[in-house]
Amino acid sequence: MLEQKIIIFVSFGYMGLLFAIAFWGDKRAEAGKSIISNPYIYALSLAVYCTAWTFYGSVGAASRSGATGFLSIYLGPTLMMILGWPVLRKIIRISRINRITSIADFIASRYGKSATIAGAVTIIAVLGIVPYMSVQIKAISTSFQLISQYPDVYMAKTATSLSATKDTAFSVAILLALFSVVFGTRHLEVTERHEGLVAAIAFESIVKLIAIISVGLFITYGLYSGFGDLFTQASLVPKIKQLFVMEVNASTFTGWYNALFLAMMAIFLLPRQFQMIVVENVDENHLKKAVWLFPLYLLAINIFVIPIAFGGMLHFFEQCASDPVCKQTLPETFSGILKFTNGIVDADYFSLTLLMAKKQQGLALFVFIGGMSAATGMVIVETIALSTMVCNDLVMPVLLRLPFLKLEQKSDLSRLLLIIRRVSILLIILLGYLYFHYVVEYYSLVSIGMISFTAVAQFCPAVIGGIFWKGATRRGALWGLLAGFLIWLYTLVLPSLGQAGFLSQDLLTNGPFGIEFLNPTHLFGLDVQLLGFDQYTHAVFWSMFTNIALFIGVSLFSTQNAMERKQAILFVDVFKYSSESEKSSFWRETASVADLRMLLERFLGKNRTDDALSLYARQHNINWGKKLIADAGLVSHAEKLLAGAIGSASALVMVRSVVEEEPLGMDEIMHILDETQQIIIYSQELEKATKDLEAANERLKELDRLKNEFISTVTHELRTPLTSVRALAEIVQNNPDLDAQKHHRFVGIIIKESERLSRLINNVLDFQKIESGQIQWQMTRLDFREVIEDSIFSTGQLIEEKNIDLTLDISNQAGFVSGDKDRLIQVMVNLISNAVKFCDPEYGKIQVGMYAETIKTGGNENRYLKVFVKDNGIGISKKDQEIVFQKFRQAVAGSKGRPAGTGIGLTITQHIIDSHGGRIWVDSELKKGATFFFTLPLLQ
Amino acid sequence: MKKKILIVDDEPNIIVPLKFLMKQNNYDVQTAETGEKALDLISSWQPDLILLDIMLPGMDGYEVCQKIRQEKEFNQIKIVFLSAMARSIDIAKGMGLAADDYITKPFATDYVVNKIKELLTDT
Repeated sequence: MLEQKIIIFVSFGYMGLLFAIAFWGDKRAEAGKSIISNPYIYALSLAVYCTAWTFYGSVGAASRSGATGFLSIYLGPTLMMILGWPVLRKIIRISRINRITSIADFIASRYGKSATIAGAVTIIAVLGIVPYMSVQIKAISTSFQLISQYPDVYMAKTATSLSATKDTAFSVAILLALFSVVFGTRHLEVTERHEGLVAAIAFESIVKLIAIISVGLFITYGLYSGFGDLFTQASLVPKIKQLFVMEVNASTFTGWYNALFLAMMAIFLLPRQFQMIVVENVDENHLKKAVWLFPLYLLAINIFVIPIAFGGMLHFFEQCASDPVCKQTLPETFSGILKFTNGIVDADYFSLTLLMAKKQQGLALFVFIGGMSAATGMVIVETIALSTMVCNDLVMPVLLRLPFLKLEQKSDLSRLLLIIRRVSILLIILLGYLYFHYVVEYYSLVSIGMISFTAVAQFCPAVIGGIFWKGATRRGALWGLLAGFLIWLYTLVLPSLGQAGFLSQDLLTNGPFGIEFLNPTHLFGLDVQLLGFDQYTHAVFWSMFTNIALFIGVSLFSTQNAMERKQAILFVDVFKYSSESEKSSFWRETASVADLRMLLERFLGKNRTDDALSLYARQHNINWGKKLIADAGLVSHAEKLLAGAIGSASALVMVRSVVEEEPLGMDEIMHILDETQQIIIYSQELEKATKDLEAANERLKELDRLKNEFISTVTHELRTPLTSVRALAEIVQNNPDLDAQKHHRFVGIIIKESERLSRLINNVLDFQKIESGQIQWQMTRLDFREVIEDSIFSTGQLIEEKNIDLTLDISNQAGFVSGDKDRLIQVMVNLISNAVKFCDPEYGKIQVGMYAETIKTGGNENRYLKVFVKDNGIGISKKDQEIVFQKFRQAVAGSKGRPAGTGIGLTITQHIIDSHGGRIWVDSELKKGATFFFTLPLLQ
Repeated sequence: MKKKILIVDDEPNIIVPLKFLMKQNNYDVQTAETGEKALDLISSWQPDLILLDIMLPGMDGYEVCQKIRQEKEFNQIKIVFLSAMARSIDIAKGMGLAADDYITKPFATDYVVNKIKELLTDT
């Protein structure tokens, strides 16, 4: 006989141990020596997934339908971890950066920190989880009752015993609630992370695993001599043998895949799973190990499910055969319930009842503790997660909006937050109890769990779509969630209430008001029989279909506001913006540091605020003494700190209350766009400037090249007369007996070539003067005829030598101009020398002339002197005509033919004419000679 | 028999001393002011050596050299560039056209005379 006192004592002792572990975990975290910061603890904490449903329910499911009954629930998470880890990693990264506190916070934050979405997700989560919660209450109270009546394994199904069960369940619920309250909200500080809790949950995962493996080993090797023996014996019983093969038909097939899908979603969308995988994650890298450690755990905890089921069936079928009532009531296919004379045996609790039947007192107690571990773990984490959501996303947003509460004026709200959380934990568990009280007895553990899984699966489009598709909008997410939720209510919850007798059975058979089309068991006339849909598959099909359709459809036809747009980018491109999310602040304006600090203190408490702000100051090199105005970065940081405590939607509301400016409205956005426009214009200008610079650089390069060419040309031109001078001087020196005529001629050439040298040097110097603008003009009134005459006198010898026919075409009339005579002579000499150089070598002809011309411009008549120098040489091509006046240019350049002198003569000429108010140009045709014209203003 | 030297230059005042020097050293001399004229004289007169300027009106000295070297019958003709273009690239270009020498202006008369003697006694 196991005394109840002992059971209760052990139970409370176990709870005490959990507290100790949690306390130790928190202490270590405070000391900076986190015990949970390793992938093994992380993977174990994820095993909070395995609840009483797994611990007891799997055995029942395996007894009813073999491996198909339970395996998909564990294959789903395995698949999700192994194949879907990039999704999980992205969610973890996003949550860490945005200090996400819960699944509701995550979805709301993605859709523009929408309080509506946060509230909707919270309501769906709470209502969805209630059946699941009731499963745990049922498991603990049933197992407690069973072990209390040790060694009697039969559960009475009388009204009194039922109400006794319910009384037990109520006590269990109350105890669970108190335990969760104390456990989850021990600290006055409200944080999103609970290190001690994680440590305790990891410990619970070890306990439940060892417990189930112990039962398995006992049955397999204690009662039978190994797997082989057990399976052989089982195969002898027809009812068990039929479980050996998987019955494949439309129903098992779709049901199997449906469960697989739901489990894949549940592993990260269930509030407690999100809490453990995402919120409590210390290091993103832990996921890498958990990806195989967690599936390994699932494998281990499932290994003995079938042996336990078979062992239980073998034992109780044998008992059944000798019990008259049971023998009669045993149906063809085992439904999991055996009705004995003294009461019933539920396959869900085989692991416990078999041990009791075999008088394994100690082991049975250990299994009870294992089951309690599984159930309490779930309840604690789930209620902490849900209460956070209820507080942050449902209650606080409402309270903050109620002006009469004057919450803004309260100096410390962290107490209020804790109270709200505690109350919500109590209420959630109470709801779970009520569901158990009225509904659960009609369902097995597994089927109730499926209702909850279907509810949380509704988050899938909003979450997955939200992190991969920037176009997903708040409206799309909201419509999808609500539609999916309503269909869930209608197709799963409503029938379960109907089953419990709250609604008329007529609704389930004929549809509401007899409208078959709206029948909740085959909605919209879906032929569930043909498709092999069970009620869960049917519900999942319709809820996910409408959810996804509305999510995508409404998203495509609705627009995002600025906040949504920003959050969408932050979420989808999280790996791109990881480091700069704080900079990409949405707040254009600033707040006073004092206001911000006060706000933080109200929710976080003074110590944590001080810590957080001094850390921020260290990182950003800020002296709080001097900094009075918080910039956008700090405001954004404060909002994130606050989001860690009260969720992003509420944090937004609170920060908005102290920040002067509203978040960006249309005006500001236009302003920013304007600035962007400015930047674009500026960059275009910059681009243009760069191009100009490049062009200038090209010109400089060209100039450089020309200068090099100029130098080489000038040296060439200098070398030519020097050659004559030197050669002839040497000849004169070496030949003292040279005849007088030759001597005279040679020395004459030497003198002439020396003069040529001087001219060249003067040209170069003139050019340098022109370039630097140092020329001094000696302007006088002069008759241009004199200039021409003087020029021809200077070049006379050159003309004579080349035997050139020079004709002068000077009118009798004097042409008086104002000018520098020497410079104008230089112009004429230049032009005549050029003509001499280029005119036909055999029959050279040069014409020089001048005449007056009247040019009418507008109403004015201007009189000009027009001068020309014409030769009959090779001419200048049209192309070259444009460049002959440019400095360093030569009409005939480089290797082809002779250069036109230094390449600066015409440049100097042009400059002189320009300075006299005239114009110079050339008119020429190749091989027909060239004519240089220039004009000078005539004096009246 | 006197060796024949063709002077190709467009500067009369450079032809004067060159002509004097060649005559003084007992060479037969002809002069040309353009490349075209030079080529005519080469065919008709067949000089032994050409003193070739580069910067000429029309066809330049390089082209003249190239044209001569293309004809097998003129293979024996010595070509000496005599140019004011003194950059190494100009010299390399001239020597690359199979000229026998390249003398830059201004030159030392002795050097030119000796170089010509040297080239003409080789054969």
